[in-house]
Amino acid sequence: MSTSIHLSPGQVAASLALVALAAAISFWQKADLERDIGIATVRSFVQLTAIGYAIKLIFEADTLWLVFGLLAVMVVFGALTARSRAKKVPGAFWPLLIALALAGGTTLGLVVALGVFEPTARYLVPVGGMVIGNAMTASAVALNRLGDEIADSRGKIEATLALGATAQEAAAPFVRRALRSGMITLVDSTKTTGLIFFPGTMVGMLLAGASPTDAVRLQLILLYALLGSVAIAGLVATGLAYRNFFTPAQQLREPGA
Amino acid sequence: MLFELSEVSLTRGDRRVLDSVSAGIALGATAIVGPSGAGKSTLLRLLNRLVDPDAGEIAYRGRPLDTYEPLALRREVSLVPQLPALLEGTVESNLRYAAALAGKELDAARCLGLAGLDPGFAGRDVAKLSVGEQQRTMLARALAQEPAVLLLDEPTSALDHAARDAIEATLAELRRELEISVVLVSHDPEQARRLSDWVVRLEQGRATEAGPVAEVMA
Repeated sequence: MSTSIHLSPGQVAASLALVALAAAISFWQKADLERDIGIATVRSFVQLTAIGYAIKLIFEADTLWLVFGLLAVMVVFGALTARSRAKKVPGAFWPLLIALALAGGTTLGLVVALGVFEPTARYLVPVGGMVIGNAMTASAVALNRLGDEIADSRGKIEATLALGATAQEAAAPFVRRALRSGMITLVDSTKTTGLIFFPGTMVGMLLAGASPTDAVRLQLILLYALLGSVAIAGLVATGLAYRNFFTPAQQLREPGA
Repeated sequence: MLFELSEVSLTRGDRRVLDSVSAGIALGATAIVGPSGAGKSTLLRLLNRLVDPDAGEIAYRGRPLDTYEPLALRREVSLVPQLPALLEGTVESNLRYAAALAGKELDAARCLGLAGLDPGFAGRDVAKLSVGEQQRTMLARALAQEPAVLLLDEPTSALDHAARDAIEATLAELRRELEISVVLVSHDPEQARRLSDWVVRLEQGRATEAGPVAEVMA
């Protein structure tokens, strides 16, 4: 991959003009977002600079252990973030952690095994980050939906349990809908990609001076990998998390119990 | 006795829903009566282990309830909740689901007939049924499992007089035709008198009376 683009700190600073514009619009229209815009700008600078240095170190060291360490940290933070969005699901952390780890591991394992990417830090770190990030969003959406569905359908679930159905059978329609809602965003955006929006990787490649053919091919590989990882994450997260709503005697737990 | 409750208590949050309830529920038809919020529905849900008590013991046919496998118990002691809660699909697909869970052959026309519904209902989409029709479908679905005991939570609460009379006639007919025990929650003393031969009265989570209908409802 060529990197014919070099940016100075001054160029980054110049782009702050657009942040100032956003803050000004917020102030003028009383959207009350100036503070949030400020925090977002500072956090994005600090976080990206830090991860930039971390990636630089990992690229230079070029050992897979550091790569796995970084990906493991991403999985843990991803699970914590997703848990905060799935408040109605009891004990959501472990299902999310396992879902993200499996989604990341399986997807990266497959793309390496199929010879799509070499198993080096230069590929595994950015691709792993995208895979885990998308898996996090999808599983957070899926579990959020699962919590809502089960809270809204307690009567239906108990009526099905009352027939002697297992928890798995009683929860199946709601698990299915939750999985679907976790996956649908990426499926829809994959359908419209190139028509309505340009995905980030392709834009980055083009800006960095790569040929459009290479940019498109890499983008396709990533989109397809993401579809797989999102499906794995959604399946594992919903498939594990629904159990936490039930007791071993196949009873629906009281909310908050 | 069909069920025997001894000192059964259940707390939800800081509310004591059932407070040291001791009562017997006889074979045949039993009505659980009392004002709303007395714990009637909770008591019913205890009987097929949709919930377990925090303290106390329940026996079913002389054996502790918690020694029964919950899924097998629920197919034998079938609960029909107060609000209709059918699965998406047709009336027949709901009946078929229940029968399959219990490992029974489905005779849809017979189950529908017992619940007072025309066999033509089999193909109807449950989303397009009236509340009364849904309630009858819930009953037919429970009957598809050929249970030994039917637990009915306010089976006529959402119905007008005509529909209520029809369900009551159905229940009387069911008891004549099938060897089935019925435990019925009702807030209507008249209904308890019409349908049951044994009554348990709950007030504020406590069993205040239990006995033959002629004595308790005198």
